[in-house]
Amino acid sequence: MLLPKARGTLSEQLFTALREEPGTAVVLDAAVADDAEDRAIALWASYELHYRGFEDVDDRWEWSPDVLRVRAGLEEVLESELRERYDAHRPERTSDRVEDLAKDLFDYIAAHDGPSMARYVQTDATEAQTMELLRQKSVYHLKEADPSAWVVPRLPTGPKAALMELQFDEYGDGNPARLHQHLFERGLEAAGLRSEYGAYVDEATVPVLESNNVQSFLGLHRRLRAASLGHLAAFEATSSIPSRRMAQGLERLGFPDEIVEYYREHVEADAVHEQLAVRDICVPLVEMEPTLADDVFLGAFACLDTEDRQARDLLERWGVDA
Amino acid sequence: MSAQPADQPADPTSDVTAGRPVVEERPTIVMCPEGPMLLRGDAVIEDAEGNRHRTTRPVSAVCRCNKSATKPWCDGTHKLLPKKLRP
Ligand code: FES
Ligand SMILES: [Fe+2]
Ligand SMILES: [Fe+2]
Repeated sequence: MLLPKARGTLSEQLFTALREEPGTAVVLDAAVADDAEDRAIALWASYELHYRGFEDVDDRWEWSPDVLRVRAGLEEVLESELRERYDAHRPERTSDRVEDLAKDLFDYIAAHDGPSMARYVQTDATEAQTMELLRQKSVYHLKEADPSAWVVPRLPTGPKAALMELQFDEYGDGNPARLHQHLFERGLEAAGLRSEYGAYVDEATVPVLESNNVQSFLGLHRRLRAASLGHLAAFEATSSIPSRRMAQGLERLGFPDEIVEYYREHVEADAVHEQLAVRDICVPLVEMEPTLADDVFLGAFACLDTEDRQARDLLERWGVDA
Repeated sequence: MSAQPADQPADPTSDVTAGRPVVEERPTIVMCPEGPMLLRGDAVIEDAEGNRHRTTRPVSAVCRCNKSATKPWCDGTHKLLPKKLRP
């Protein structure tokens, strides 16, 4: 993948620097960003140095203090905005007993009310809208499960083994043909879309980039490990039923079986994963470290919130009432 | 604290080694409150019509609410049921 297109002053300066030799003095300040879009793409690219990198960027930039400094400035904005939104949506737990955590977390996720993109695809979306949705979704699905992988070495025994049990299934249970990222790749190709990693980043909406960034942010900061797992739990717990709706919508529109299969796989897989994420990962972690309970909800909120914002933004563009 | 005699079969639910609690052996079958039954490992399930289904993943979720569209597997439908109709 090549560096994406800059979307403002900061990303322009950052990407220009990244094309140079590492070690070149870069004086960058997150504060020069024009707007949320400029910040989102700059942060997205600075995270991407930790995943697959860019063909036109020297790999040594990954640990450049200059880039990390800009990244930290952007993360500060991301985190404070996220916490501000979370403050208005804190769970109303009747107790903080860890025995109630599984139920409270499932209830918190279920009580969240947002626009349903899957319902729209199921019954109304046009082929062109659905193609656009797949392109937008590809930014995450082509690196599906990777952001939670950062958390593994940061966990104690029980939650670590449980997270690996879940991730193993995301990564195809050892079979590359079953790797979820790869199922999506095959689905994109069959649908006549590009499938290389990062193919559609230049057209990614700001909410899509932000949702990607939140996942990397939570995954890459050890202090937020419980939030990363709360995010995972909410993601899995809001997947089975919407995936079935997506599969039905894609069938209605005559999409090829490969892309339908990606969603069908998620109906069944995520019915398992949601139980593992809540009961075997989040709950035992909080049992061991009770102060992490609130972070689990923060992460769950981050997932629900960023998913809503992606859906609302696209539905609005399409002139659909959500 | 005394170590467990080596010839004594370990109790899988309360394994203690050298005074340090060891993580409990995880169960093979788990009943999730208001949800499916989790099943670890390879298994063949015969449904009510006599059809057989082989598990395809390390952990499978078997529907207990009887409303799944992908029986015998759970598809999350239990969450759409009123609480008193959930398993
Ligand atoms: S238990 Fe989940 S659908 Fe029946
Ligand atoms: Fe997946
Ligand atoms: Fe999953």
